[in-house]
Amino acid sequence: MKYIALIYANEESSPKPGSEEFGRLIGEYEAATNQFIKDGVLVGSDPLQSVNTATTLRTRNGKLSTTDGPFAETKEQLGGYYIFECENLDDALKYAAMIPTVNYGSIEVRPIMTIER
Amino acid sequence: MVSPSTPPINFEVAIHKIIREDWGYLISSLIKSFNDFHLAEDALQDAVEAALINWREKGLPPSTRAWLLTAARRKLIDKIRRDKNFESKTQQIVPLLDNDELLESDYSVPDERLRLIFTCCHPALDHNISVALTLQLLGGLSTTEIARAFLIKPETMAQRLVRGKRKIKQAGIPYIIPDKEQFPARLDAVLSVLYLIFNEGYSASSGKKHIRAELCDEAIRLARILLHLCPDEPEAEALLALMLLHNSRKTARFGKNGVLVPLEEQDRSLWNKKDINEGTKLVEKSLARKQIGAYQIQAAISALHSEASRFKDTNWQEIVLLYDELFKLLPTPVIQLNRIVAFSYLMSPEESIKALEGLKQDIGHYQPYFAALADLYKRCNENKKAIKYYQKAISLSGNKAEQDFLKQRMSDLISLQKL
Repeated sequence: MKYIALIYANEESSPKPGSEEFGRLIGEYEAATNQFIKDGVLVGSDPLQSVNTATTLRTRNGKLSTTDGPFAETKEQLGGYYIFECENLDDALKYAAMIPTVNYGSIEVRPIMTIER
Repeated sequence: MVSPSTPPINFEVAIHKIIREDWGYLISSLIKSFNDFHLAEDALQDAVEAALINWREKGLPPSTRAWLLTAARRKLIDKIRRDKNFESKTQQIVPLLDNDELLESDYSVPDERLRLIFTCCHPALDHNISVALTLQLLGGLSTTEIARAFLIKPETMAQRLVRGKRKIKQAGIPYIIPDKEQFPARLDAVLSVLYLIFNEGYSASSGKKHIRAELCDEAIRLARILLHLCPDEPEAEALLALMLLHNSRKTARFGKNGVLVPLEEQDRSLWNKKDINEGTKLVEKSLARKQIGAYQIQAAISALHSEASRFKDTNWQEIVLLYDELFKLLPTPVIQLNRIVAFSYLMSPEESIKALEGLKQDIGHYQPYFAALADLYKRCNENKKAIKYYQKAISLSGNKAEQDFLKQRMSDLISLQKL
């Protein structure tokens, strides 16, 4: 089963690029990713650019509106994701718990729907 | 022996009792075989209906458990055969069809209840969902019975159960006993669900007393099953002990008009000695394993209360030491509060009040905090302050029996003021 681990954190209070803390965080992410690859569970992953770079689209009554910013103002913002291929939820949670942001943000784990084609 | 004057045994009631006892056993086995909660439940329900007809006509089979399991398995296999997606399910049922011969003989039904209880109590499920699933699947209670015990509408409870099972299926919660690494945390999750069930029944509001008492009995029954399945787990032993010790005071806890009687005023001759003996033995057994845990400490504290023949003979010294240990494991303001209250019997009430003041920030919405302050001020003969804190406690209480008790205490003081 495929699972997506959505990484949320408060951008304001997260380690800033260039800082010592940030450097440490990158190292931790590298170690975690290597573990996922080693265990053969990694399908894909990407970090996202800051929520300030987001654009949100909505078409209502035939009219497309373009908004500067995320879909909603939230305390924590989506910063990246991992997609795992795992036997079951327990395994997916085990790997998601290794994502460094779990220590100060939130990791939402959701199964990816399998569509019969 | 049935004499002519004995009323006829209600067949349906007797059968339902047998089935209820075995429900957890049967459903856990069916889910293991077919990996589907829904199918398992439907099949077992059908098998029960068939049993009611068949057993009435032909009498009880030698093994009701094997009979029901066989019937349910046959219905499940039939259903899968008739299913549109039969082709894709063939892989699933071939091994089962091969075993069809075995079903005729009286074989022992494998006990898969440990898988079931760990699944129902998975941390990915909301606590109130776990409670409902455990009561339905392991306890064999009906949706209506569970709804009534928790004072919510049956439709709401039904939705909760559906939601839980849907999540188990869609999120891929595995039907397994957790591995060694996960086991302690997962066992803890199970224990907290069972304790939640017990406490729901224990904090009875006077009107629904008999329903809530049944809930306590059910929690104890489930804790016994868990202990049977995990016989060497000290925390499981301790949880059962804790429930038995609390339950032993059942009769003494409520006064004539349904008002709560606090520990210091309870008639200890009404305490159930059998429960106390069993509880105390379990505590000792669990502690002897030298793997200390939170439930063991709480049970030990409860046992110390049960040991004292009168309130003033309580071994407060030992209790305070136990609270110190408990605080190390669970450093919460609630534990601190209980510790300070216990300590107040060793030191002056004035000093305890000072200690309690320090907690105010963490515990400002917790009724027992204000009730404790009120009681301490009462012991210092500062009645005005005591009354003020009783009022605050009453405003925070969501439980009628509790409120009545606090109101009684408050009005006793008010009468004293008037003298």
